[in-house]
Amino acid sequence: MKRFLPIILFFLIFAGSRINIAAAQGSTPTDDEVNAIAKQLFCPICENTPLDVCPTQACAQWRALIREKLTDGWTEAQIKQYFVDNYGARVLSEPPRTGLNWMVYILPPLIILAGVFILIRSFKIWRHPTKESHGKDGAPLQETLSEEHIIRMEEELRKRG
Amino acid sequence: MLVDLGSGILLVTFLSVVYAIGATAYGEIKKSAAFVESARRAMLLTWPLITFSALILIYLLVNNHYELEYVYQVTSRSMPFYLKVTALWGGQSGSLLFWSWLMSAFASIVMVRKWDRDREFLPWVILVSAITLAFFLGMVIFFENPFNRFWQTSNGEIAVKMFAPLGAIAFTPDDGRGLNPLLRHPGMIIHPPLLYLGFVSFVIPFAFAIAALATGRTDDRWIRITRRWTLVAWLFLSLGLVLGGRWAYDVLGWGGYWGWDPVEIAALMPWLTGTAFLHSVMIQEKRGMLKHWNMILIILTYALVIFGTFLTRSGVLSSVHAFAQSAIGPLFFGFIGLTFITSTALLLHHWDELRSETEMMSILSREALFLLNNLLFISVLVICFWGVIFPLISELVTGQKVTVGPPFYERATSPIFGVLMLLMGVAPLSAWGHSTVKTLGRALWKPAMVAMLVPLALVISGIHNIVALIGFTLVALVIFVTLYEFWRGGQARIKKSNENIFQAIGHLLSRNRRRYGGYLIHISMVLMAIGILGIEVFQTETQGTVAQGDSLVLANYTITYDSLAQFNTSGNRQVTRAVVSIHRDKKLLGELYPRIDYFIDSQQPMTIPGVRSSLIDDLYVLLVDWQPVSMKGATFKIYHNPLVNWLWIGTIVFILGMLTAVTPDKDPDYAPARPTDYVVSMTRRRTKKDQE
Repeated sequence: MKRFLPIILFFLIFAGSRINIAAAQGSTPTDDEVNAIAKQLFCPICENTPLDVCPTQACAQWRALIREKLTDGWTEAQIKQYFVDNYGARVLSEPPRTGLNWMVYILPPLIILAGVFILIRSFKIWRHPTKESHGKDGAPLQETLSEEHIIRMEEELRKRG
Repeated sequence: MLVDLGSGILLVTFLSVVYAIGATAYGEIKKSAAFVESARRAMLLTWPLITFSALILIYLLVNNHYELEYVYQVTSRSMPFYLKVTALWGGQSGSLLFWSWLMSAFASIVMVRKWDRDREFLPWVILVSAITLAFFLGMVIFFENPFNRFWQTSNGEIAVKMFAPLGAIAFTPDDGRGLNPLLRHPGMIIHPPLLYLGFVSFVIPFAFAIAALATGRTDDRWIRITRRWTLVAWLFLSLGLVLGGRWAYDVLGWGGYWGWDPVEIAALMPWLTGTAFLHSVMIQEKRGMLKHWNMILIILTYALVIFGTFLTRSGVLSSVHAFAQSAIGPLFFGFIGLTFITSTALLLHHWDELRSETEMMSILSREALFLLNNLLFISVLVICFWGVIFPLISELVTGQKVTVGPPFYERATSPIFGVLMLLMGVAPLSAWGHSTVKTLGRALWKPAMVAMLVPLALVISGIHNIVALIGFTLVALVIFVTLYEFWRGGQARIKKSNENIFQAIGHLLSRNRRRYGGYLIHISMVLMAIGILGIEVFQTETQGTVAQGDSLVLANYTITYDSLAQFNTSGNRQVTRAVVSIHRDKKLLGELYPRIDYFIDSQQPMTIPGVRSSLIDDLYVLLVDWQPVSMKGATFKIYHNPLVNWLWIGTIVFILGMLTAVTPDKDPDYAPARPTDYVVSMTRRRTKKDQE
């Protein structure tokens, strides 16, 4: 009996998978199953409209196509790839991580990190001011005003009431 | 006759603005007050002139003058009166005219203010506002003229021109195409004017900033003058954004309010820099710091205002090639580049005059936390800007279009918004100048401890979603810190003047409107955050086709399809309306009427959801499809949106907070600037001139 166990197991597994596939192919996918995939895709012809909510006739047909593919047993990844192959990467809700598209993911964090760096550096400078901006005793240098400037300022202030 | 008059007035206005530019420039160079005054009067002419022209266009819209291309595009005979009036901003050329009209109104308000103490700013404020107005007016007159007419040429073709081509005769269609159905919603009627108001009012602080740079008066006088302008601009822009969200929720039929669409982001970007600016100017006022940064922020905000208009008006979002073909696209691009480069060059030229007067003492001080808040707002801006322009770069470089959609923005911005909320909770308790962990901790621990009870309660009630737990904890922290601030202020007044707590808080609000108005705005922001968290974390949806009498179930609600009817209504509209009854725990809660309106003149459908709203949740039902003959079966899409109404309630609190903050205390405009600021600013200016 032990000799036949692997063969029985193989047939059981194979038969089981066949039953699953048959079940998948036989049942009609629900609207929610279709929308779960359509939500991740964008209408290939409209401007920035997710496929699950797009009201056009064309999008209704694409949703029907997703249903058809699901009925045929296609996986989510296969369906998404089918749309990319036929309509380009714009149907995906994010650029695929290839080539130039990496820029969309890399550049913002780099700029933000640069901002953080500048902020930290500014804090350090502010807390430990440079020699130029401070006197020997560490106190901030006062603006030295000449007599002439003081007269000018007083004039300006007088003019402005 | 009227068409020629409307167009002619626009041309006269344009010439008047061009004269104002020349006169103010000449007046500034020659130090001639008479020329500057003449320029000021020329600017004052613009508002009545454009108003007259806009009124003529409204008259033509209301009275079905379809010989005008613009009237034909945005109205039809079946449209009600009020929609024909609002069609003024329903299309490209009309909205540019509307932009110009608002710009002239704001410029006129600035022109009639008392200039006694700030006379040297005047030529520069005239120059900046006149250049901006001239640009928009020029586009209206020469490229997008709403007074352009249809002409039938001798070979039978229809041309759209201002004046008749040789041998052509006037052509008038019987009826117009009508306004886009999506624009017939009350939210969309108010949303564009509010956004434009926000956009245009930011031009005024920018004009004063440029004036401050050009004149060397780099103290905080320009900030004090424009404080209320900035608040008003921010109010309008914020309301415009929220109303746009409400419109999307009511009309677009996708169960949400924000889709990270490039058009939405175009309006969000100046809001981000404007919000950073609102916080940052306080540091300059209180501590005489961040003068460079405030200039950068207002220059960015102005550039983003024009950039936002460019994005939505040039066609660049549909394709970079559409931008190149569009007449106004390259002009916008050039104008943004020119103004940005010029103002940046001016800033760099006066860089040394903008030195801080004090130093940052502690990284936990209020100003340090505000600076961190600025960094976070700018981080969101970087993400948004790059997300919007990357598809254009991709198309330009590789020829392939890509979509940068909600998952990108949500993943990138959510943590930043979380930290911003944390700062909103901590910063009000931090002191200006110097603050330590000990002093901040002493102020913070009580509200923080109370806030920690919230996640505990949520976990006990069965909510384990980590985003929700963090989000609601932060919401609670901000609310308790703000209430604690009111309580502390109230207690101080009670001790001092023997008032009861309500009188004390009333006096706090009236005596320090800016501070406590700001706190109310913080409360409004977290109320909105409750709505956003509710819908983002807990939204559920289902879709199904059911026979009459059958039901769909979602989140304890049972939605039963009762009937469907089709009928025609006024406005040349065919309505297909379903009746569904809503039950929860077998108890009838009421009926909803999701419908699809088909607009026959424009041949476009509009999906109107049936919504049952409460403070706890919204049940949002859409009619997707139906069996056309028997009407026995219909397809519904249903969303359950927990807590979403707090978003709209937060908006009401926001308006109250803004009204409190914007109401003048005593007379801040004419309150003397810190004398030391003025002295230092003038001294630097003189010293530089002397050195030259």
